[in-house]
Amino acid sequence: MADLIYNIAAIIALIGMMLSFVRLIIGHTIADRAVALDGMTIISISLIVFIAYYSNRIIYLDVAIVYGLISFVGIVAIARYLERGI
Amino acid sequence: MISIIIIVLGIIMIMAAFLAIHLKNLLSAIISAGVISLLASVIYLLLAAPDVAMTEAAIGSGLTTIIFIFTLKKIKKGDLDD
Amino acid sequence: MEIFGALITLIGSIFLLLGGLGILRMPDVYNRMQTGTKATTLGSILFLAGISVGHLECGCFGKIIIIILFVIFTNPISSNTLARAAHYAGVKLTERSVKDDLKEDNLENKGEKK
Repeated sequence: MADLIYNIAAIIALIGMMLSFVRLIIGHTIADRAVALDGMTIISISLIVFIAYYSNRIIYLDVAIVYGLISFVGIVAIARYLERGI
Repeated sequence: MISIIIIVLGIIMIMAAFLAIHLKNLLSAIISAGVISLLASVIYLLLAAPDVAMTEAAIGSGLTTIIFIFTLKKIKKGDLDD
Repeated sequence: MEIFGALITLIGSIFLLLGGLGILRMPDVYNRMQTGTKATTLGSILFLAGISVGHLECGCFGKIIIIILFVIFTNPISSNTLARAAHYAGVKLTERSVKDDLKEDNLENKGEKK
């Protein structure tokens, strides 16, 4: 029962990721695309933790930690470029 | 369950790669390339290779994007709209 | 206990879905930024906490706390930086918006300098 609910939750999160990717395809300005990338990053961190639960390996959580830090640096670099500063 | 996630992420990766080729604006293409390596990291994790996934997240999604943005700033002033 | 954690995870995933839907359907960059940050932050916190509560015996509690702290610290900062950059790059607000405080502040500062 609990496993079924976890699987349904992961599929719902995956649908949210697909909706955010549709905005990345349409996106009229670059800021829209950066926002969509930000949302996809957060949802994929959640997916990584779900995969770590699903395959019962704690070491997969390290990937999520690295992922959160590095994606933050990437988003800030894009924002600084948009502001014409770096 | 794992196969559903792999199929959906693979479809999104192919569409992002297609988008990275066809967009006119270079910064949008850089963001699309970032999406590709972001999802490739999750797929490496699904294929039970956490160290490769960690390297891909650090280099592919972080360092490559930043180096591309620095290069783009060197070579031209990007315009904002599509 | 496991059912309880699973229900928390389900609520968090619904918040993630609403965040994605808001990113798709809001009319403006700034509205998209708002829904894409607040909803996904709360959703990811609930998602991770649900998995951690449902499996207390696996010993993954500390790492998930660290990931939640990273999300709480970095996500609003990146959203704020991105919104400010979009404003300075000249992305227009939607027609239904009422007030633009950052623009008024910039005008006041320029007036004081002159």
